[in-house]
Amino acid sequence: MPTQILMPALSPTMTEGKLAKWLKKEGEAVRAGDALAEIETDKATMEVEAVDEGTIGKLLVAEGTDGVKVNTPIALLLAEGEDAKTLAAAATAPPKPAPSAPQATAPAAAAPAAKPAPSPAAAPAPAPAPQLAAERGNGQDRVVASPLARRMAQQAGLDLANLRGSGPHGRIVRADIEAALAKGAPALPRAAAAAPGAAARPAPMVELPGAAPYREVPHSTMRKIIARRLTEAKQQQPHFYISIDCEIDALLKARQELNARAPEGKGGYKLSVNDFVIRAAALALRKVPAANASWTEEAVRLYARADISVAVAIPNGLITPVIRGADQKGLAEISNEMKELAARAREGKLKPEEFQGGTFSISNLGMYGIREFAAVLNPPQGVILAVGAGEQRAVVKEGALAIATVMTSTLSVDHRVVDGVIAAEFLAAYKKLIEDPLTMLL
Amino acid sequence: MADPSTSFDIIVVGGGPGGYVAAIRAAQLGMKAAVVEREHLGGICLNWGCIPTKALLRSAEVYHLMKHAEEFGLSAQNVAYDAKKIVERSRKVAARLSNGVKFLLNKNKVRVFDGHGKLAGAGKLAVTKDGKVGAELAAKHIVLATGARARALPGLEPDGKLVWTYKEAMVPPALPKSLLVIGSGAIGIEFASFYRTLGAEVTVVEVLPRILPVEDEEISAFAQKAFEKQGMKIHTSASVTALKKGAGSVTATIEAGGKTSEATFERVILAIGIAGNVENIGLEGTKVKVEKTHVVVNEWLETGEPGVYAIGDLVGPPWLAHKASHEGVICVEKIAGLNDVHPLDVTNVPGCTYCMPQVASVGLTETAAKAKGHQVKVGHFPFVGNGKAIALGETEGMVKTVFDAKTGELLGAHMIGAEVTELIQGYGIAKTLESTEAELIRAVFPHPTLSEMMHEAVLDAYGRAIHF
Repeated sequence: MPTQILMPALSPTMTEGKLAKWLKKEGEAVRAGDALAEIETDKATMEVEAVDEGTIGKLLVAEGTDGVKVNTPIALLLAEGEDAKTLAAAATAPPKPAPSAPQATAPAAAAPAAKPAPSPAAAPAPAPAPQLAAERGNGQDRVVASPLARRMAQQAGLDLANLRGSGPHGRIVRADIEAALAKGAPALPRAAAAAPGAAARPAPMVELPGAAPYREVPHSTMRKIIARRLTEAKQQQPHFYISIDCEIDALLKARQELNARAPEGKGGYKLSVNDFVIRAAALALRKVPAANASWTEEAVRLYARADISVAVAIPNGLITPVIRGADQKGLAEISNEMKELAARAREGKLKPEEFQGGTFSISNLGMYGIREFAAVLNPPQGVILAVGAGEQRAVVKEGALAIATVMTSTLSVDHRVVDGVIAAEFLAAYKKLIEDPLTMLL
Repeated sequence: MADPSTSFDIIVVGGGPGGYVAAIRAAQLGMKAAVVEREHLGGICLNWGCIPTKALLRSAEVYHLMKHAEEFGLSAQNVAYDAKKIVERSRKVAARLSNGVKFLLNKNKVRVFDGHGKLAGAGKLAVTKDGKVGAELAAKHIVLATGARARALPGLEPDGKLVWTYKEAMVPPALPKSLLVIGSGAIGIEFASFYRTLGAEVTVVEVLPRILPVEDEEISAFAQKAFEKQGMKIHTSASVTALKKGAGSVTATIEAGGKTSEATFERVILAIGIAGNVENIGLEGTKVKVEKTHVVVNEWLETGEPGVYAIGDLVGPPWLAHKASHEGVICVEKIAGLNDVHPLDVTNVPGCTYCMPQVASVGLTETAAKAKGHQVKVGHFPFVGNGKAIALGETEGMVKTVFDAKTGELLGAHMIGAEVTELIQGYGIAKTLESTEAELIRAVFPHPTLSEMMHEAVLDAYGRAIHF
């Protein structure tokens, strides 16, 4: 009897996924450990590996099929000597969670107390303005690629957005496609498989009498996840919001002085205000550990480490790479790690463990001049900090009007887990660190 | 402390189109650069190659047109030429351009050392002039751009009087009545065409089965037919086994198809390839590797010896001035650490032969494309189908395109006919931009021009030619 290969759950919360690409063909021999297929989940494309050896008898799910439920049979594996005729029966047999079901290589990394959980971001777009957005320009994902590269990618089902161009000004050229194919790059999701050729083209404009013309952009996997999780957050997590103003003149001065001392080359750094915010939030969580918490049906989970998820805008969505143990990392380390994570986030090259399982989120829209805003929680996390712009404001100091650079931060809180006083204590601790950055050294 | 007058960031040995361009680019990038040149700035290209031959061929072309004046409704009696004046004009053109190079180097503050450069230990270069050591120079980077010379074979040595190389062929004291050209590459064919147009009896002997062997087979066949129509004698798969020199003539033994024959010519031109100038430049004892008279380099033009680079004719083919210049730029930009440097893709280097009709090409021939495993789509368009060609009275020629059937990549383009050397860069740009047939079909070519044939040859590859 052929063995059924089942759709794996690549993360604990995964209920369905997209079969992005088959890496083996029918009739092809596989050995344990061979990559069978690429499954697109929340935000990453992961490979499914074979557990048993044998020959691929039949592929039951076509490439590019969306919404394949976990544990659905996706292929049949023939053991040595097994007849292909047995395939018909096996295909209809009820799936059993066979030991030979492929093992997903979804790594589970999280703070000690936390269950690994995918954490697509909750809040609006973040501070580090994606360079990519500028490069791609015009508001629509313009990928700079040579005509030949475009055609080769289309024929091979490659998504150009995942490639880095080696040509002039980062243009994707033939050599990049060839290199990607040689490496076995992830295939273009759904659109390509469903309608080759039509893949990248925007849908036609629909014009109905009496209505504004529109065009429909099919949901990407990421868009669906964002929709599902944020709806879940707003429906299930009772939010409340508290805000605080922090004067950051001292912080700006410290930043300037530290940056001026940055060595050239190795060991170099360039601190941003957001790096201070990450460190301050992490240290404040240590001071007020009750704020570093999330809700489960059985218990409140208190985290013993501050793993800070930082929202990064990427084309058509956002993602929250995690600075693990940010309370134990210095500013330069946080800064460099953040830069590196953000860069890879924009290239779609984060590994699941790099964006899943944070304990606390930060979303910063300061650089867009936003004074203050309130973010939607990033489930299952219980708190998220929304950071506005540092701007000069009139403040009253000892009865006199003065000018200070003020930054407003707003905490969105899941009231099931964290009460108002705890949230206030956290923000007060955060403000103290931000306003007196030397204390961040302690 | 290094002496600033003899110490540089980069020294280029050889002031030809590879060397002087490399030096100027280095200066642009803020490097202190010097060029060592033993003879003429501009090198062979400018002084004894590309440029003076173009001047000669222009004279031949005008002469040809004057002889056919009646076709254009004009009359010209007693059309004649003065070989001395033709050569004089050619030399003036070369001199003017050589001075131009001097000016450019000066303007870019590139020091020029007059003499012969020779590696003298790591980062050192000795310059000798008339056998005497002139200067000891030092630089972190030394770029060898010493070029090449005509290749000789045993029994086929040039003597400069009866048996010429390109150099003597360029400055003939008088036009020989009969001429044997050995070798039918670009150099051989250009001289064959020039002398034939001026009226010499020209015989071409090529060892390979076709003339212009690097060109597409259809182009070679077309060219051979055109030359034979002009009265040129062409022997392919043939070789000259001996040259017997007489008082004012040479008797050549020609072997073809297993048969040996003898024929006598006033002059012989040797054009059987080039040999790199690898001697006496101090390569001995270094890690610079030489294979078949050419220096071995990697894609960044680095030799096996750290700090020593080689470009142009001194390294691998194609042996073309524009390839040398690009290598110079790539080499220097890599040294300067620029990010956006890319190795030269030789399939994007166009080649031009200035015979009548002209030949130009870029990329793979149809045969080479197939040999590389491409399934191809091939398009053709003849000059007779083009309005401008007919108006010019230049209906002899064709354009051929080769596409990859799967991806639509333009793999190669091959042209023969009037002005094709000026047209080929259109395909060169398309290829460099990695165009497919779609962009070339969408591109608008102006009417009436010869370039419309380039469009039609693309359309034809996809069964869509309009005007034929």
